[in-house]
Amino acid sequence: MWDAEIRGMASAHAIIASSVFMATVMPAVLVEKFSVYGTHLVWLYSVAGSVAVVNIAVYWLLGIGPPTKKNTLSYKVSRLIRSCLYFLFSCLFFHTVVVLYGAPLLESAVETFSLAVLLSTLTTLRCLCILGPNVQAWIRVFSRDGAMSVWDTSLQITTGCSVVGAWLGAFPIPLDWDRPWQVWPISCTLGATIGFLTGLVAAPVWIHWHRKQLTYKIK
Amino acid sequence: MRVSSSVFASLCLVFEICGIALFLRGFFPVPIKSSFSTKNRLSDFPAEPLTGSAPNSTKIPSPLFKKVVIVLIDALREDFVFGPSGNRFMTYTRHVIERGSSHSFVAKARAPTVTMPRIKALTTGSIPGFIDVVMNLNSPALLEDNFIWQAKTAGKKIIFYGDDTWVRLFPKHFMEFDGTTSFFVSDYTEVDNNVTRHLDSTLKRDDWDILILHYLGLDHIGHISGPHSSLVGPKLLEMDDILKKIHASLIARETEGSLPNLLVLCGDHGMSETGSHGGSSEPEINTPLVLISPAFKRKAGWEKPGTLEQVDLAPTLALALGLPISQNSVGRLIPAVFEETSLRDQLRYFHLNGFQLSALLRDSTPDYHKEDGYEQFRVAEKSHGNWMKLYMEGNTSEVLLNMGKKVLKQYLEALKAMSSALSRQLGKYDMYSMIVGMIFIIQVLLLLLLAMPEALSGQARVDLPVASALLSLPFYLLCLLFSSVHVLVCTSAGGSCYFCSLPWALVFSAIVFSSALLCTLVVMATRRLPTASKSPTSGSDWALSELDALLLIGTVGHTLSLGASSFVEEEHQTWYFLLNTLCLAVFQDVCRKYFREKRSGNYGADDSPLLPSNKGKEESSSQETSLFSPVAELGVSAGSEKWLALATPLLTLACCRLLRSLNQTGVQWAHLPDLGHWLNSAEHKVVLSLLSVVALILIFILVQRHCSLVSKIALALGLLGVYSYRAAVGNVLFPWQHSGRAVSKGTVEARFVYIFVLGILFTGAKDLLRSLVASTDGRLKSRGLWEVYSGMVLLVALLFRAHNLPTLACCLFVQTIMAQFIWKKLHYDAAQTTIMHYWFGQAFFFFQGNSNNIATVDISVGFVGLESYVEAPAIFLTAFSTYAGPLLWACHLVCYLSSERDRGTVALGHGSYCLALLRSVPAVAYAVLVTALRYHLFIWSVFSPKLLYEAMHTLVTAAVCLFFTFMDHDRSSRP
Repeated sequence: MWDAEIRGMASAHAIIASSVFMATVMPAVLVEKFSVYGTHLVWLYSVAGSVAVVNIAVYWLLGIGPPTKKNTLSYKVSRLIRSCLYFLFSCLFFHTVVVLYGAPLLESAVETFSLAVLLSTLTTLRCLCILGPNVQAWIRVFSRDGAMSVWDTSLQITTGCSVVGAWLGAFPIPLDWDRPWQVWPISCTLGATIGFLTGLVAAPVWIHWHRKQLTYKIK
Repeated sequence: MRVSSSVFASLCLVFEICGIALFLRGFFPVPIKSSFSTKNRLSDFPAEPLTGSAPNSTKIPSPLFKKVVIVLIDALREDFVFGPSGNRFMTYTRHVIERGSSHSFVAKARAPTVTMPRIKALTTGSIPGFIDVVMNLNSPALLEDNFIWQAKTAGKKIIFYGDDTWVRLFPKHFMEFDGTTSFFVSDYTEVDNNVTRHLDSTLKRDDWDILILHYLGLDHIGHISGPHSSLVGPKLLEMDDILKKIHASLIARETEGSLPNLLVLCGDHGMSETGSHGGSSEPEINTPLVLISPAFKRKAGWEKPGTLEQVDLAPTLALALGLPISQNSVGRLIPAVFEETSLRDQLRYFHLNGFQLSALLRDSTPDYHKEDGYEQFRVAEKSHGNWMKLYMEGNTSEVLLNMGKKVLKQYLEALKAMSSALSRQLGKYDMYSMIVGMIFIIQVLLLLLLAMPEALSGQARVDLPVASALLSLPFYLLCLLFSSVHVLVCTSAGGSCYFCSLPWALVFSAIVFSSALLCTLVVMATRRLPTASKSPTSGSDWALSELDALLLIGTVGHTLSLGASSFVEEEHQTWYFLLNTLCLAVFQDVCRKYFREKRSGNYGADDSPLLPSNKGKEESSSQETSLFSPVAELGVSAGSEKWLALATPLLTLACCRLLRSLNQTGVQWAHLPDLGHWLNSAEHKVVLSLLSVVALILIFILVQRHCSLVSKIALALGLLGVYSYRAAVGNVLFPWQHSGRAVSKGTVEARFVYIFVLGILFTGAKDLLRSLVASTDGRLKSRGLWEVYSGMVLLVALLFRAHNLPTLACCLFVQTIMAQFIWKKLHYDAAQTTIMHYWFGQAFFFFQGNSNNIATVDISVGFVGLESYVEAPAIFLTAFSTYAGPLLWACHLVCYLSSERDRGTVALGHGSYCLALLRSVPAVAYAVLVTALRYHLFIWSVFSPKLLYEAMHTLVTAAVCLFFTFMDHDRSSRP
């Protein structure tokens, strides 16, 4: 049972990771003069969009999601609206944090917000997919020893990796190398994406490695 | 020998400072100087080279010019004359450059591009060492051989108007002078009018030979609003008018038969895109040099000016006036100036220049024979002699002319080679002193690190096995070894080593100390080893929390980042980034505490076994120390306390974000507009005044809480005095006095504030001493400490610029809320609290507008409340206001740790130990890094200033640690 779950997760992660690569390659065919640095925002939104779509599709197909108590349409709609609101709030939250970290307040606000959207896609959207719009569950998962399934653990790892990646991505900005990827916010988005990919790879490996120590409380 | 942690920390820091001082002495090269302390004289001139035995002439070449006017415009950038703004505003000068008889060049100034070293370079022709910048504050008389002295000795009459640095550098050299002080940077019209007002009468007179004018206005405009400000245009127009006036008057006085006059326009340094200077970016080092004289050929049109060194002006002027070249000059003659003289004279001039350079080279390098330039000069001299022989024989053929030109070329090459060889000399380091200093500080750092488990233990005492080390055989062997190495190095290195020139008793005690330290280290390491081998069992339960990991990674990462020049330039970014992350981590901790607590009922108490006990302790402590309890003070209930605690990191983050946009520092983004500039512009004076009032009121509210009544009143009056001082200086407005008030120096107001500062400090010190003698409860002592602290706050409020007062207010605000809701409530231990204080201190160092560049040191605070420059208080005040951020945070740490009585008596010891360690790690790492990078391109512009900052910061920290020790000592002496 354990191995099956880990294998399922690994394949789901592989699909998500490949979607990131696809999102990088595909626009090159469709959009003229496409490059990751030159038309950065196009790349960013293509990655964010494809990760979002693939995430939702994969978790919906796999049937991993929060237990639904009611199955009425109105309940589903309200959940959807709440999810969208949460996503928006998380974008604003990330935007605020990035501004607090020193991003310019007014100029290049679009770039900053795009970074926030990407970070939300990589972190909040996955939470929404797996846990649903349920703050209590989020707090549980992200507090110490709060994971209750392998999916929770993978969520912890990927989220942490994405955020740390974006954090590390800010370091090259002050260097005077004058490289195209030092322009705001390219290094941070690249950092976040690379961190996310690392997290996708690391999560199954780590869980597999620690499967003896991991004991999940039964809900 | 057992010492307490705080004593141990102070001792370590004191020794470290000795090591750093030695390192600095070795690192900063002493400027090259001739070994003769005399000055060049006319009689020292070498004879004209001549092969054969015919009588050769030793006569000096005749002067080329009669009168010289030097117009030095401070911070005149090359493009202000040669660029588009020169085209627009300096029309007359441009006309003369393009059509008149003139030569124009771009003169490269050397870093540090600060006024005094530049004046020295212009007059002596030597390149002043980096250390001269630090001496920029007090400029004692220039004792080196220089152009001004030579001119005066030759009986020339010199008149000077302008920056009074000249008057201090050359006392009694000028027949007439009027110095203007450059420290009121906000004034850019009066300083120049004070120079120009003498111009008309002086130009009419005929009793002078050299006139020097130093205009400061442009530099001040640059400091206020940068090179693209709208003020620059009118200023350049004004300068152009002045040049026109001087030039017209010089032409009018030109008479047949007498020598022509010379007008020199130059700048001492440029300005960066922000309008500051001090570094070595292109706009800072490129200055224009325009020589105008009827003696030169007329220009046909615009030519791109050639490039030369700023130091080239001094020898050129000297020979053009028939004076000896000053001894330490490394400059080369400007060939264009001597173009119009006869070939024989030209050769003679270059021979003199070459002779002077070769003499300097001989003095400063032991193996001067191997230098290319020296050899070239010998060859050129010989062929010069041959040429002279032919010339004397009356040969006037084409061959002679060509040969002469060849000799000239040889001379030029020789001069170039010798000049560059001499400049290279500046990069020489005294490696032996550097290494000795480095060994010292590395040993101290290792000692600090090895003592960590003991110093942070519950006893906070360090057991130093000094006695066993002193009695061991290796100690004596090491002493012998080090002594022999010292003798060996010093006998082989020659006299250029500083450590060798110290008295032998001092050197020997250093050797003894160093070997004892080494033995102690070995003993301590062997004592640690067995514990280290079995530590895995005990170390596994010692898990790092996220916060600990962050603090550790941040400290190590910051130290590593110092290796990159960009990270040194932009160090503030590192600190802001780390501080933000710290606040978020603290926020996470707070969330965890309060939300966990709520849920602990559902999940059982086994989640956090610590909490109940902590809670109990908290209650008892809040009853015990009601002095610092927020509940008692602000009257908040437990529920709102939770929300306040949650809001604290967020508020801190918001404060930091605001402050970071107050002062842009660093290099890359320093030109971006910031709030500080906006506030300082004249049209926003009202806003600035309101902001200052709010900030001062906030400061009063935040500081007065723990003071006695007398101190409260003194503080209020003092802060009022601060405002009236700022109003008197003209930064802010008095509500009832709109205009018509002359800007004064505000000496009376500032002294008024000083009285209250001293009064509060005295009251605090008295309370501290009383608590020391009569062992009453800790309340008296914590009040005394707080009073000392508030005295410091008042002094900082006086010294900070008006737009920086919000920084101070925010600093106090963050300290207050963090102390009340975070450090106390979350039970961070002394080490964690200390690291956080240190980080905040570092960030506030940059928030207040400092950077790792010498140019941002605000020297004007050295004049607050003083009529004239007095060295000791000026240096103290400047250092104090520069390090105000770190100092205030360190002092707050003392107040906070000693007020936390439930922590037990060891908190202060832990705190001072952590502070010493936190300071030593980057300082030592940086010393090693700088040694490794000593041939880096940016070593003088980026790494050296940072080294000075590091050394100064270590000194400040040592002072704080001594204060810690004092507080800790009187605690331990109490029963």
